[in-house]
Amino acid sequence: MTVQNDLSGKTALVTGASRGIGRATALALARAGAQVIVHYGNGEKEATAVVGDIRNGGGKAEKVTADLRAADGPHQLAERVRAIIGSRLDILVANAGISKAATIADTTVEDFDAVFAVNVRAPYFLVQQLLPVMCKGSSVIMLSSLAGHAVVGNLSAYAATKGAIDTLVKHFASALGERGIRVNAVAPGVVPTEMSNFTKTAEGRDFTMKMQALKRLSTPEDIAAAITFLASDQAQWITGDTLRVDGGSKL
Amino acid sequence: MNKPVVVITGALTGIGRATALAFAKNGARLVVSGRRETEGKALEQELQKLGAEAVFVQADVRSDEEVRRLIDQAVARFGRLDVAVNNAGTEGQPGPIVNQTAESYAATFDTNVLGTLLSVKHELRVMSAQKSGSIINISSTYGHEGAAYASVYVASKHAVEGLTKSAALEAAASGVRVNAVAPGPTDTGMLDRFTATPENKAALVSTVPLGRVGKPADIAQMIVFLASDAASFVTGEIVSVDGGKSAG
Repeated sequence: MTVQNDLSGKTALVTGASRGIGRATALALARAGAQVIVHYGNGEKEATAVVGDIRNGGGKAEKVTADLRAADGPHQLAERVRAIIGSRLDILVANAGISKAATIADTTVEDFDAVFAVNVRAPYFLVQQLLPVMCKGSSVIMLSSLAGHAVVGNLSAYAATKGAIDTLVKHFASALGERGIRVNAVAPGVVPTEMSNFTKTAEGRDFTMKMQALKRLSTPEDIAAAITFLASDQAQWITGDTLRVDGGSKL
Repeated sequence: MNKPVVVITGALTGIGRATALAFAKNGARLVVSGRRETEGKALEQELQKLGAEAVFVQADVRSDEEVRRLIDQAVARFGRLDVAVNNAGTEGQPGPIVNQTAESYAATFDTNVLGTLLSVKHELRVMSAQKSGSIINISSTYGHEGAAYASVYVASKHAVEGLTKSAALEAAASGVRVNAVAPGPTDTGMLDRFTATPENKAALVSTVPLGRVGKPADIAQMIVFLASDAASFVTGEIVSVDGGKSAG
């Protein structure tokens, strides 16, 4: 059974949309009818291709860049987005993220700060800077992770950023509820993308299959489908939740 | 699965009824169940007027035999079972723990826990053999939070969440997904009985960040999503649909 989410007339920003889950989400939101701002950090060529795919499908899209590692990156991105969409942002998907596998002993201060800058500080201040153009019915979706609530690999710093996202979602949902703005997260499990090398080895695939109840690898489209649902008015009473899309991992 | 076959228990009122209507609008074939025949037949006709193939089957989820008959009749009628929504539930007899009895416990647990167990049991019997299916149980915000003067109901919904995760682990090998939706305060007869006075109801709703009581349709949309192909990688999950109540 296929369910259609209608996002026509809505504006959306997806950060980190040049590849992986962000790309699949930008395409899914556009297919549902939204105008999509495709943010990228350094994948300009890929972002241009995503915009091209959306336009070829009859949709509306623009690309914007901003460095979300920089302290003023979210502020610059918000300014550029507002110049394109004007007075109303309906959907914000804070997807951009980085990770670096390292043991506790090998984790450097620089890597720790970088992962918190992109994965936690950037979504926090992006929401802050875009609040003036969010309205009743606007939906924020952040990317959490299975790693935020279970131990998977040598990812302690990355995992802590995702735990922070689950916490932020609750606080933002509570604070912004009276304005009718919804804030949720989607928590993928292991998804084969450029960011994750995990399933590229037999050992990693084996670990993933043992950890998951469902015995297939996830796809970026699995995650995009959940994000699209949460972005839609069909989810209008859902806020403050982290929706796990992980094939039943670590139940 | 163009016209999925959907069984809904406790389908005659509230969230169950809204779920039946939502599936009917999505082209499903429906088996709606409940204990009251007059209301059941009326719902059957209402769904048919919407263009859905629908049948009412009377069943009490506390009876192993009646649940077996419900599931077997669904398969006899439509040849398969794609989606099951185990929605039948009761608020029991809210009140202080010192007033609870073995009888008040049984009255709540028999419907909310045993009823869900028996439903999952007979649904899995069919879905495992068929190698596909999606089961959605109904928990509550109280499935993962405590509440004074609702201890037995709270305990029963905690049990539903544990049952859901365990069933997801057992069912996955045969391609069957099992999830639960945990509604917050939703505008139904149960909420009115549970809160007893408009003042109590307003006080409860004031704890919801989105500032309004849930509509049965809000819950139904999530149930339809979990049943759909869009959620094909979601299992063992408890989804809160509560206006932010659990968060805030």
